[in-house]
Amino acid sequence: MKRILAAFALLLLAATGAFAVNPDEMLDDPALEQRARDISAKLRCLVCQNQSIDDSDAELARDLRVIVRERIVDGDTNEEVMNFVVSRYGEFVLLQPRMSVRNMLLWGTPLIGLALGGIAIIFLYRMRSRAAPVDKLTPEEQERITEMLADGDDDSR
Amino acid sequence: MIVEFGHYALVLAFALAVLQTIVPFVGARAGDLRQMAMAPNLAFAVFAALALSFAVLTWGYVTSDFSLLNVVENSHSQKPLLFKITGVWGNHEGSMLLWVLILALFGALVALFGSNLPPSLRAMVISVQGLITVAFTGFILFTSNPFERLSPAPFEGNDLNPILQDVGLAIHPPLLYLGYVGFSVCFSFAIAALIEGRIDAAWARWVRPWTLAAWVFLTAGIAMGSYWAYYELGWGGWWFWDPVENASFMPWLAGTALLHSALVMEKREALKVWTILLAILTFSLSLLGTFLVRSGVLTSVHAFASDPTRGVVILGILIFFIGGALFLFALRSSTLSNGGMFHPISREGGLVLNNLILTTATATVFVGTLYPLAVEALTGEKISVGAPYFDATFVPLMIPLLIAVPFGPLLAWKRGDIFAALQRLYVFAGIALIAGLATLWLADGLPLLAAFGVAVGFWLLFGSFADVWQKSGLPKAGFSKAMARLGGLPRSVWGTALAHAGLGVTVLGIVSVSAFQEEHVLRMAPGDTTELSGYSVAFDGASARQGPNYTEDVATFTVTRAGAHVATISPAKRLYTARGMPTTEAGIHTTGFSQIYVALGDPVEGTNQIVVRLWWKPQVTLIWLGPVLMMFGGLFSLSDRRLRIGAPKPSAKRREALAAAE
Repeated sequence: MKRILAAFALLLLAATGAFAVNPDEMLDDPALEQRARDISAKLRCLVCQNQSIDDSDAELARDLRVIVRERIVDGDTNEEVMNFVVSRYGEFVLLQPRMSVRNMLLWGTPLIGLALGGIAIIFLYRMRSRAAPVDKLTPEEQERITEMLADGDDDSR
Repeated sequence: MIVEFGHYALVLAFALAVLQTIVPFVGARAGDLRQMAMAPNLAFAVFAALALSFAVLTWGYVTSDFSLLNVVENSHSQKPLLFKITGVWGNHEGSMLLWVLILALFGALVALFGSNLPPSLRAMVISVQGLITVAFTGFILFTSNPFERLSPAPFEGNDLNPILQDVGLAIHPPLLYLGYVGFSVCFSFAIAALIEGRIDAAWARWVRPWTLAAWVFLTAGIAMGSYWAYYELGWGGWWFWDPVENASFMPWLAGTALLHSALVMEKREALKVWTILLAILTFSLSLLGTFLVRSGVLTSVHAFASDPTRGVVILGILIFFIGGALFLFALRSSTLSNGGMFHPISREGGLVLNNLILTTATATVFVGTLYPLAVEALTGEKISVGAPYFDATFVPLMIPLLIAVPFGPLLAWKRGDIFAALQRLYVFAGIALIAGLATLWLADGLPLLAAFGVAVGFWLLFGSFADVWQKSGLPKAGFSKAMARLGGLPRSVWGTALAHAGLGVTVLGIVSVSAFQEEHVLRMAPGDTTELSGYSVAFDGASARQGPNYTEDVATFTVTRAGAHVATISPAKRLYTARGMPTTEAGIHTTGFSQIYVALGDPVEGTNQIVVRLWWKPQVTLIWLGPVLMMFGGLFSLSDRRLRIGAPKPSAKRREALAAAE
């Protein structure tokens, strides 16, 4: 009975989906493997929803992982591997889009945001400081203060 | 019959919400007190009708009424009771119903707690709240009716998506919605203020508790969702920069900014126009999030319940509310006067910096999330924007903010002294430096970034208490006097310290996991043992088990350290029979703040081995403990008697403590 259950267990395991990086794909050299993992994390699984090929269990992701490792073993630099994958699958595959004219707004947002916000703050600040000069009192206010101070002196006497 | 009753209640809620929109509005404009006085009762009635409707749908799920199409599609008679109930909002129609129920709840709460508001403001807020209810109740009735019948009724349902059959579904969406929708109150207050053309510090004081409450819920909801994804998806990741995650993160970022700018407005009457705009933007981002998730416009991991035709309607609602609010803002904001001058180096200045960075971060997440859509719409080309982009942009943006946080509470209003603040902080800077150096010393290699991250984390964790420390008067004041002072501090001071420290805790968790986690992917046969960060992990074998609506294979791993038993971990692979869908159940053992995480892969053909993924996740739980601290901080501030509605003047004792503190 136990055996049957065990057999059933394995069968069930086999029925379920594949897995992200598998040991049979992995490179023996840990340094190269690490490079492959780093690259994989930046490549999109084409048939998945917003998953990198490193996380995905899809068949196509597995193919890409193998390709990445083949290129690395062939002596490509990370850059060359990326270029190769993009030449085959287009820029869609990159989870981090390239800096290009089209992607200018995308990459520029943090800087543009800070710059525009900063300018707006400085501008508004200056405008308000000019509109409301708090440092100086009008002659009337000065007079009233002097008066009040004088009153205070009277009280203390 | 009961089902029709629920449907009827929904229609009734719609009609009442129309009244809730019109009558108080007309009353407020005409100054008719009787019409304004109807507002609270209408808000209660809408909530009651929606609650009834929701209860009926839940009843349908609990009793497995398969004459309801919605129940057939998302439930199963063998499903455990908890998942029958949570299944109510595990689908499009039901989750929208929960959305409006919470919306109506907030409307009713404003009515309940708003007795200290000027009548016209209260009527106006409830009216705007009603208008949102009309839009979304109408959306449910006309495009997503959960009460649709099916004839003939099948004997069995299709079951719920297995990934959703988890306690996470019981907690995550309600919390998230309480946060999302909670910001509707701020939105309604902003719109009401714009219509009335009057806004002052009192307005900010009324709005702040609502902002805080919504923020606490949203923080909890996001953190909960993150942990759920971490243990359920089996990839060991805790944040994926998935568009749907971003959709909930954007209102959080904007809401955090709002929380801080409302503070300036309350204390100093400055930043009024900006605070109004932020209140509008925050809820707009909540609406955008609802649109992104519900329309399925972004195909992502979360897009389990989507239908493009509905997207158009939500988009219409979105444009109406956001466009209308911004139009009103453009029209009326110039009438709002700004008061309260301040020097750039001051508490206000610090909060402006906070707002600048948080808003830019929100914009970055916004652009990153929607850029692929825009590019595809304009050029037809497809690009992807994923985690590496956000890591490269969002993280550098946050660093200056994180470093600045401990300074904020130490700066005085109007004009602060940065050197005095530095003097009070140098001890904490020392702690941070030591922590960073210790990281370099203890870790292999030269993890400069990690050391920097650890230093920032410690800086935040301890520096956040600099304000409290200083107010205690320690070490000069002596222990008992210091304790008395600490006890008398306004709770919002403690809240600020706790929330900021929570941020530090989260930073520490993130840095620790990103820099020092260990991962092993290997094949294991029963009896095999492997080493993981000082632990031995032995694979004992797998056995099959039968669950209520699934079959599963449970593997057993025994974890030992130096021969001593540490834990038994049982990851599993499940097959949900109704849908034939497999899921991975990770096995997790928590030790201290760290975790050992085991996920099962495929069996290796022709052998008795299976692929196993093992992780050592050092201090990973800090990532979620941080938000817990932030929530406590928020709740502490919320319980501050100065914010409590209708609270009397502070007691004499507290006044003394306040005077001592300031």
